[in-house]
Amino acid sequence: MTIQETLEESIKRSEKGHYVLRLFVAGVTPKSLKAIKNVKKLLDDYCQDCELEIIDIYQNPIIAKDGHIIAAPTLIKDFPLPVKKFIGDMSDVNKLILGLDLKSKE
Amino acid sequence: MTEISTLITEKELKKCPTGIEGLDELTYGGLPQGRPTLICGNAGCGKTLMSMEFIVNGATKFNEPGVYVSFEEKSEELITNFNSLGFDLKHLEETKKISLEYIYIERSEIEETGEYDLDGLFLIIGNAIDTIGAKRIVLDTVEALFSGFTNEAILRAELRRLFRFLKDKGVTAIITGERGDRYMTKYGLEEYVADCVIMLDHRVNDQIATRRLKIIKYRGSKHGTNEYPFLIDEKGISVLPVTSVGLDYQVSSDRIKTGVEGFDLMLDNKGYFKGSAILVSGAAGTGKTSISGHFVDSCCSKGMKCLYFAFEEPQNQIIRNLKNIGLDLKKWVDKDLLKFSANRPTHTGIEMNLVGMHKIITEFKPEIIVIDCVSNLITSGALLDVKAMMIRLLDFVKMKQITTLMTDLSVIANINDTEIGISSMTDTWIRLINMERNHELIRTVNIIKSRGMNHSNAITEFVIGENGIKLKEMNSTKIGWKTGE
Repeated sequence: MTIQETLEESIKRSEKGHYVLRLFVAGVTPKSLKAIKNVKKLLDDYCQDCELEIIDIYQNPIIAKDGHIIAAPTLIKDFPLPVKKFIGDMSDVNKLILGLDLKSKE
Repeated sequence: MTEISTLITEKELKKCPTGIEGLDELTYGGLPQGRPTLICGNAGCGKTLMSMEFIVNGATKFNEPGVYVSFEEKSEELITNFNSLGFDLKHLEETKKISLEYIYIERSEIEETGEYDLDGLFLIIGNAIDTIGAKRIVLDTVEALFSGFTNEAILRAELRRLFRFLKDKGVTAIITGERGDRYMTKYGLEEYVADCVIMLDHRVNDQIATRRLKIIKYRGSKHGTNEYPFLIDEKGISVLPVTSVGLDYQVSSDRIKTGVEGFDLMLDNKGYFKGSAILVSGAAGTGKTSISGHFVDSCCSKGMKCLYFAFEEPQNQIIRNLKNIGLDLKKWVDKDLLKFSANRPTHTGIEMNLVGMHKIITEFKPEIIVIDCVSNLITSGALLDVKAMMIRLLDFVKMKQITTLMTDLSVIANINDTEIGISSMTDTWIRLINMERNHELIRTVNIIKSRGMNHSNAITEFVIGENGIKLKEMNSTKIGWKTGE
């Protein structure tokens, strides 16, 4: 696939509302659980086509290092571009909706 | 530094040697072991270099692996930058002696949505420490966190937790911090790192820059309290705790010939004391450098090592000129008995001159030092500073039992002091005056003082010819006219 095609493909997918998210948490702590719950609820409410991967940095320290994950919990939006990082227990829903550019399900 | 080594035996606090020349003496053994130390200062003052030396020395000299966590420079950049100092970070990293961690924080990419902690950072640091079994760590600089995260309350709590975490890990840590307006550091890091704080400074006075270091606090240990100049050169940092040198040194009663027959007669027929400071003062063209030349030649011929600080002329010019009065210094240079250090004192600040001179003296280990001429040093600093520097230098060389001959260009030959007022520091003071008589200048020499010996009081004429300096009166009864007689 050429760069041009990749770009077009990604635009098409993002128009459909396709999202790739990764949520990094540090072990099973109240903060982690809260973040997972908040993100899942948000995606249920707003997102149709969505991949969410939950990663425990204690199980995958290399990923944490390579991804420069300093704070926990951290939510990374890999797709659609641009890549965005959110930190915290994801309790500020409005900020997330704005930041992720989510549109409510019709 | 025997005195200092006895003082290191403080039992209460374990020290972690930095391996940085001078710093371990100032801190009586090094940084507090297993605790964090804060190094703060403005941009470009040498924080990163000092921290890196701590890690590299730990790995190479003390068998203590170390982790360098950088928030500003990538590992590859660090490797390249320190290559020029001869630190092979790449090799050290490959052999698991050190670990370079680059942590990237970009404010614009991060949005905060609720409560968080810095477990990721703890994990990365903890992992790096455990992987190589590190005993030392540097965080350069954690202040970057403040630009990346806006919630200061969380951040401060996390920093507190971080330092406790490092203490629990038992690693000796260096935290660097940029100098701030209100606090020692921009974000008041000193609040967390309470054990030892070192301040670095890079100041420009009269267009001359000097680097200085000060230990602000060191809990549970004594330390040098002054500001100490330090030098960054091709081998890294060296600090000189020169002001700690006192008046407590050994005194020798051995004598050293002056190299001029008549002068020996004037000085008890024996010459200078070994390890004393000799001052030769006189106006331009009175023969100061010739006297120095004679002294150097005579000492070298006895196999003593001489170091010649030339602040006025380059080495080749001095050698050429002295050849004309029958002194061949070239052969001593070839035999490595004589070393010239010729540079303009204005090149660096007064403290740097001192540090530089110390370094050469320590490396070359001379028995004789000639400084030609000290009044030139005035161009590199204020009068008081120059005097203070000379006191320190003389104390230093006297402690090492090095005989020092200084020349001084006195504009007014009759005034009873030198331009920079160092006469009180010298043991023997020889004054040269050109007197006018019958339409010609007559060279004269007299000894104003010479501590601890019967010296001549006569004003003696001398000539400088093809074979060097010759005194007119070689009769010992005449020029041997003694003090108080």
